[in-house]
Amino acid sequence: MKLELRGITKRFGQVTANDSIDLVIEPGEIHALLGENGAGKSTLMNVLYGLYTADEGVIELDGIVQKFSGPGDAMAAGIGMVHQHFMLIPVFTVAENVALGHEPTKALGVIDLAKAKQQVREISERFGFNVDPDALIADLPVGVQQRVEIIKALSRDAKVLVLDEPTAVLTPQETDELMEIMKQLAATGTSIVFITHKLREVKAVADKITVIRLGKVVGTAKPDASTSELASLMVGREVILTIDKKPAAPGKAVLEVSHVSVLDDRSQRMVNDVSFEVKAGEILALAGVQGNGQTELAEYLLGLRKSIDPEAKTTINGIDISTASVREVLESGVGFIPEDRKTDGLVSEFTIAENLMLNSSFKSRFTRGLSINFGARKKIADELVEQFDVRTPSSETLASKLSGGNQQKVVVARELSRDVSLLIASQPTRGVDVGSIEFIHEQIIAERDAGKAVVLISTELDEVLALADRIAVMYRGKIVGIVGPETSREDLGKLMAGVTA
Amino acid sequence: MSMNIQTEEKVGFKAPIVMSSLGLLVLVLLGFLGREGMVAFEISRRTDVVQLPAIDVDSSTLGIFSGIVMIAISGFALWRSMQNKRTPIWVLTVYGAVGITVLLGWLAAGATVPVTFIAGTALVLAVPIILGAMGGVMSERVGITNIAIEGQLLSGAFMAAVVSSITGSFTLGIIAAMVTAALMSMVLATFSIVFLAQQIIVGVVLNVLVIGITNFLYQQWLTEDGENVNFPGTLEIIKIPVLSDIPVIGPILFENRITVFLALVIVPVLWFILFKTRLGLRARAVGEHPLAADTVGVNVARTRFWWVTIGGAIAGLGGAALTIGNAGAFGREMSGGFGFIALAVVILGRWHPISAALAALLFGFSIILRVWANQVSPGIPTDFITMVPYLVTIIAVVGFVGKSIPPKALAVPYTKG
Amino acid sequence: MSDVKKNEESMAQAVKEILSGGLTRTVLSVLLGFLVGALFMIGSNKEFIEALGYLFSRPSDALGAAVQVVSEGYGALFRGAIYNADADTFEKAIRPLTETLRLGAPLIAAGLGIGLTFRVGLFNIGGTGQLIFGMIFATFVATRLELPFVLHTIVALIAGIVGAALLGAMVGFLKARTGAHEVILTIMLNYIALYFFTFLMRNPALLQETRATGNPKADPAAETALLPKLIGDNYSLHWGLIFALLAVVVFWWLMERSTIGFRLRMVGFNPDAARAAGINVEKTYILAMALSAGFVGVAAANQSLGVAVGVTPSAHANIGFDAITVALLGGSSGPGILLAGLLFGAFKAGAPSMQVIGVSPEVLGIVQGAIVLFIAAPPLIRAIFRLPAVQNSNALGAIRKRLFSRGGAK
Repeated sequence: MKLELRGITKRFGQVTANDSIDLVIEPGEIHALLGENGAGKSTLMNVLYGLYTADEGVIELDGIVQKFSGPGDAMAAGIGMVHQHFMLIPVFTVAENVALGHEPTKALGVIDLAKAKQQVREISERFGFNVDPDALIADLPVGVQQRVEIIKALSRDAKVLVLDEPTAVLTPQETDELMEIMKQLAATGTSIVFITHKLREVKAVADKITVIRLGKVVGTAKPDASTSELASLMVGREVILTIDKKPAAPGKAVLEVSHVSVLDDRSQRMVNDVSFEVKAGEILALAGVQGNGQTELAEYLLGLRKSIDPEAKTTINGIDISTASVREVLESGVGFIPEDRKTDGLVSEFTIAENLMLNSSFKSRFTRGLSINFGARKKIADELVEQFDVRTPSSETLASKLSGGNQQKVVVARELSRDVSLLIASQPTRGVDVGSIEFIHEQIIAERDAGKAVVLISTELDEVLALADRIAVMYRGKIVGIVGPETSREDLGKLMAGVTA
Repeated sequence: MSMNIQTEEKVGFKAPIVMSSLGLLVLVLLGFLGREGMVAFEISRRTDVVQLPAIDVDSSTLGIFSGIVMIAISGFALWRSMQNKRTPIWVLTVYGAVGITVLLGWLAAGATVPVTFIAGTALVLAVPIILGAMGGVMSERVGITNIAIEGQLLSGAFMAAVVSSITGSFTLGIIAAMVTAALMSMVLATFSIVFLAQQIIVGVVLNVLVIGITNFLYQQWLTEDGENVNFPGTLEIIKIPVLSDIPVIGPILFENRITVFLALVIVPVLWFILFKTRLGLRARAVGEHPLAADTVGVNVARTRFWWVTIGGAIAGLGGAALTIGNAGAFGREMSGGFGFIALAVVILGRWHPISAALAALLFGFSIILRVWANQVSPGIPTDFITMVPYLVTIIAVVGFVGKSIPPKALAVPYTKG
Repeated sequence: MSDVKKNEESMAQAVKEILSGGLTRTVLSVLLGFLVGALFMIGSNKEFIEALGYLFSRPSDALGAAVQVVSEGYGALFRGAIYNADADTFEKAIRPLTETLRLGAPLIAAGLGIGLTFRVGLFNIGGTGQLIFGMIFATFVATRLELPFVLHTIVALIAGIVGAALLGAMVGFLKARTGAHEVILTIMLNYIALYFFTFLMRNPALLQETRATGNPKADPAAETALLPKLIGDNYSLHWGLIFALLAVVVFWWLMERSTIGFRLRMVGFNPDAARAAGINVEKTYILAMALSAGFVGVAAANQSLGVAVGVTPSAHANIGFDAITVALLGGSSGPGILLAGLLFGAFKAGAPSMQVIGVSPEVLGIVQGAIVLFIAAPPLIRAIFRLPAVQNSNALGAIRKRLFSRGGAK
């Protein structure tokens, strides 16, 4: 089936997320939609899928104009979508999830579960998915959950399959398997729209590439285009993949972690007997595919989670913080940039100034007795806004009114303006525009050069390679290797897949 | 292929601890320190076709025996916890039944316990709570918190009494009760779905409004013209042939008013719809992950709206059960907190229709026990017996179901994007 | 752009913001609430219904009846709650207003308590139970202890606050410890507290009055413990009003100026971020529930020490529940709750004079419910009055700053 989008425009308030986008997808083609985070790829696909209604433009299938008032219409027309955040119900079984919305029924609307399971088994066998229809989604690993999503789309006879950032949560090995599946599907005539910001994957699998930036199509390319060519299309200028930095001059150990094991909310052991140390004046990167225990380890270091192993010991500058509360950890000189600033880093209903005193509300430069020292707060906030280049009308503006990059700068300003000896930066540039990324990277290196220990947790290999002095790779809760910054991408990729030499 | 993730989940020991302490309390207070005298458990009524002899036991012996049984059940729960498994619901039901029996025996030391009367009345009293709870289950399963059950019961009670009185037709009265409560639910649903208002607040406010309106109309209208507008009488008691002649359960279950029968039918039907049919699967999906449901073409807003509305209609029927199903007239604020109890019952029953109905029965028993205790042994401080079900709810919410997992999207408004 | 034009534009923007802002919505909600109440009064009026029978021949009769019943009803409310122009002396004419202040005081204090939990993202439906616990403590001190004047009142007041706060803290503790929902806990505790109170008042060794009649009732508070009259013996207005006003000031400082309030609000907006900022969210819940109930305790002391009549189980006067509506109408802010408490206090004060002219004062319950129903869904009010949607600029803030800032801009 041939899919054609013409002049799609979608606005949210004053922001134009999609600006008259044209896109043609031929039958059996794998079409990569390449662009940075926030470029408007997901919005475009949600328009295609009927979740949003476009303000302008038309969608055509085999030359017939479509009007989708909801995902149901899009599905009926043969469009299937695998969302970045899986649309699966954790407490339902695989068969129930696949059946939901087009359930096979017997009399009285009773669900014919046998039929639903049979359908899952058939598709699963056809593509070698190996999925048990009776398994609960909550018990399945993400890679299998993704296959359930694909089964869901195929069971509805999808002729066009949209995959939104499908590799973000996968190991390199699972990624390879997914690419095989994509090729196989394309061979049977299914068109595939592959949304990603990862250049290597695009080159490996796509037949055609469309690059989107700031809501507009900025170019198309063939997969044999060079990486730097694609990258510069994507970000609008030549990307500097490496940052100038002096070699590290490590001092004494600041953070020492030994034998730490941590459970997540579902009581699964996400960190398994991890030990490492970070010295003053160096950046240790914790690399790895998302979901291999980095989040839980960071939360442990902050004191949000406790180790289940009584042997575990963690010290900062020699002081034991194994059983310390978050407040004690913060006050012992730890700066923390959380992975998800919207949930953990900021109170979006608070002003910038209020957010800057978020973790200094007990007894600090912001307080006077039990009262807030409003004068001092205003002064400090104005200074930090200036120093960290936060683009805002005033320090009394609500944090929710700022762009992602400026919000992140507020978090960085707060943490770096405190007197810390250890900085833990978790995904410090996720969802941040290119300009802000550079600024934040420079700040992190400046901290290192000022003799502070830095733990950088990042799933972006480029970021890790640009900043790290040492790289610890996490796989399934363990550190499978600590290597130098000169290690090749290939070797790091193997480590991230759990292959140890 | 699938990753072998180590699971180290804990079921927790709160439930066994609470259960064994209660058992111990029974053993000591109602057993060793129990009251002297024999109790006759009268399981047949004098009018019954089949007459069974009364069972005579010694009150304190029953206390000791029941205490031991309850501790034994707690032991079983402890063993399940150690194996990291939950205690099945029927075991908890047996535990509760033993607890009620021993309390009856203690109260009636030296007297008789009319089993069918107490159980039958408990059921009749529980019906408004059961139906209110079914309304609650229906709306919470699709993700809308329903604090307004109280108001729905009250408006149902009012309409059933007034419309039945004026038209002389109970059928019309019941329909009016259900429609009114359903309309209230539509307000709750619209505010929650369209205006994205705080659901708990809207619920509380609707209660205030209904209490205000019924109080006003009661004072301005029903008290002045009571004979014409608030004198409906009660529904006729229907005896189901053959079944009602079964000893014990016959008179309890099969000799009742239509409101009770409806409740007995609605509970299993709701269970069936919720867990076996397409409608139920979609409803639960909407309550757990509305966006996922939306992406497969389930209309979230419409599903929520109709489940909440029909839930309201069922709660309205519960209101009718208060007036034309029991009391025979409307009284000021006569729902007296039943709606809030229904809310507790929903949580106590873990959003499961059958468990919730059983929990509602517990409250039914406590109400009749209070009344009956005053007659059979006047010295007992009834304020404390009145407190029991509320305490049980707190203990249960804290101990038994503290970890119970409500529908994921409960109280979360759904907006796209 | 010239300065004048800029100013004009920002004024226009500010007008838009005022229209879309909270105050306009609140005022409109109150007006709509009164309108709903009026409809009920009209609908239940006999003359009006009779006039409806010949509506088409003489529509003015129905209209006249409608206008009359509404103006009589709300007129009686005004006479009973604010100023009675029919009275012979000014002193008597102004008495209704003092009654409004007296009856509004406990609503204000309890409203502050409920409002505090809203700000922390909690929902305290347990005002009634906490009020009763406060009354138990305050009544015990007031009837069973002998202390000198002033000190006795103060000790009883503190006892009331502590008693209520203890029950509140317990809810917070159970929530923090077990994850049980505070709505269920507080609803259940309302009933438990009520039955416990009744039990205490049935037992002569505990709280029952010395010359027991068998009914659950306590002794009147000792004269040394009674809240002194505020403006002379001709009025029943007492120091409870002053304590309520003090509570407003304390609430304002606590929530807007102090670091404690900063953390409470932080937890309310985003508990995850609060946790990552080193705040013990569970302890904050306990603190919030205790503080909330403490404010309710001020209302409890007011009920126990305000009148020289012994308390009964119904002495909680539904204040704990009305406080929810007060907090909602007041937008959970100190000044807002003050005004909302006075409005609902006026309803209580005016009820008897409505009764006298034959309009059921229960209609005020409808007005109260309708007001908060409109408050609960801002988009509804916007839809009814076609107000603009919430504006995002800071024009109003800028103008407010110009008017209210000290020393001018930097």
